[in-house]
Amino acid sequence: MQDKRFKIANREALIGVVLVLINFAIWFGFAYGLGNGDPKDYTYLFGFPAWFFYSCIAGTIFMIVLIWITIKLFFKDVSFSDEVDKE
Amino acid sequence: MIQWQVIIPLLIFLVIIFGIGIWANKQIRTSSSFLQEYFLGGREMGGFLLAMTMMATYGSASSFIGGPGVSYNLGLGWVLLAMAQLPAGYFVLMVLGKKFAIISRRYETITLIDFLKKRYESNVVVIISAISIIVFLFASMTAQWVGGARLIESLTGLNYTAALIIFAVTVLVYVIIGGFRAVALTDALQGSIMIIGTVILLIGTIVAGGGLDTIMNSLANENPNMLTPYGADGSLTPLYVSTFWILIGLGVIGLPQIAVRAMSYKDSKSLHRAIIIGTIGIGTIMFGMHLIGVLARPVLPGVEVGDKVMPLLTLKVLPPILAGIVLAAPMAAIMSTVNALLILVSSTVVKDIYLNFINPKATEAQIKSRSFYVTTIIGLAVVFFALKPPEFLIWLNLFAFGGLESAFLWSVIFGLYWKKANKYGAIASMISGLALYITIHLLSPHIFGMHTVTLPILCSFIIFVAVSLATQQKTVTVHIEK
Repeated sequence: MQDKRFKIANREALIGVVLVLINFAIWFGFAYGLGNGDPKDYTYLFGFPAWFFYSCIAGTIFMIVLIWITIKLFFKDVSFSDEVDKE
Repeated sequence: MIQWQVIIPLLIFLVIIFGIGIWANKQIRTSSSFLQEYFLGGREMGGFLLAMTMMATYGSASSFIGGPGVSYNLGLGWVLLAMAQLPAGYFVLMVLGKKFAIISRRYETITLIDFLKKRYESNVVVIISAISIIVFLFASMTAQWVGGARLIESLTGLNYTAALIIFAVTVLVYVIIGGFRAVALTDALQGSIMIIGTVILLIGTIVAGGGLDTIMNSLANENPNMLTPYGADGSLTPLYVSTFWILIGLGVIGLPQIAVRAMSYKDSKSLHRAIIIGTIGIGTIMFGMHLIGVLARPVLPGVEVGDKVMPLLTLKVLPPILAGIVLAAPMAAIMSTVNALLILVSSTVVKDIYLNFINPKATEAQIKSRSFYVTTIIGLAVVFFALKPPEFLIWLNLFAFGGLESAFLWSVIFGLYWKKANKYGAIASMISGLALYITIHLLSPHIFGMHTVTLPILCSFIIFVAVSLATQQKTVTVHIEK
């Protein structure tokens, strides 16, 4: 019989992979999407070039919030010791 | 010239660290299981400790000294690259996660190699792993030790040997007597200093530069490419920068000094908290320190040696006492990396070599004395080599990060999540990953415009799967889950 805790663990590992994919997409998309043009035509946000602001600052904050929400919603408390589990 | 106002905060920092070592030693003497206590801190770490020790072990001299120096020369593109490290804060803990925690408890594994040994039931895997850990991490330790001594040398005006001895004695004493618990507790202090130092220096630099707008303007006037994602000389191509996600983000799972931390925390709650705190911490340090390097350019023009940017900038833009606190940050980063490596190499020698092959029936007292001896001897050996670092160690250190990842990444991940993974696949993937990494590094480091580590990781993946599938009849599947 498959231990129920491993199902949870496998799901959480998959969530980690999905989060990295989102992280990478935000990072890559904003950096090379907005940073592609001539630096003379850059728009600025809070003193930073827009590509940099979205990719490195807003993107990072977004990821931290997303990780926090994910953990609150999907991550389960499980016991790590086998004895407790068998009770 | 000796600046006492800068040195005093550094000294206070060293004294506190010493105290932690002594306190941790008391815990070891009262613990029922010496090995678990000395090498894993009794698996009792809470969320904050876990986050800090992950972050502090991961953040090294290169995050505080080398990295800002490169940003200084390349611009915002290097900060973008540095942000590929964000996953190191959550990805490792989520992927190794609860499964690693449960299995490592079930089999009472103390080291990463213990886990591989239980999973693959192969002495060859143990030997290859132990050799790569000892060789690569010994080299990295020497390099970090040299970095720490040079930093003390440049800050205090002491000569190199004296600086090295101060640095070495501090680290050796608390690691040897306090074990993993001292390492983790000092990491919490060191990690906090790293974050606080980063924030203080970032603010100080922006103020000294007359605000962000002024700084960005002068960067644009000097070289507009500094503001692009491609780097001052256009050398940072999207493909090249993206492959850094493998080296410094995802592949971090394969670093034994990181993976071992994923078996040392207390419960699910610790894990959850550590993921959040760790991601915020790593994000702050990596973003802050690398951005500081870029902003330093107009504030402190004409620095020729990249490694000097951060110390010089700190002394220039901050009042002496604050400078002392901020300069404790790179010192903390170096110490917290070195201490993790020292205890890890020691655990490899004691648990994976001595107890596996030399004396499996060692008594508790023997294990205890061997652990103290081994840690001391390794520590002293590193100091000896760091006095006059031999070329080959410096050369080996270049391979350490990528080499360990190429060797361990798939063995760990498949070992946990793929039932059909077997020892033949693991051995083939470890050897081919290592060999390929070293070959590419020597022949053509930027092969196809990617970072060196990319191809070895991809190839060892394919080889692992292919060999495991081809040898299914030869092995009885190991059911670590049942």
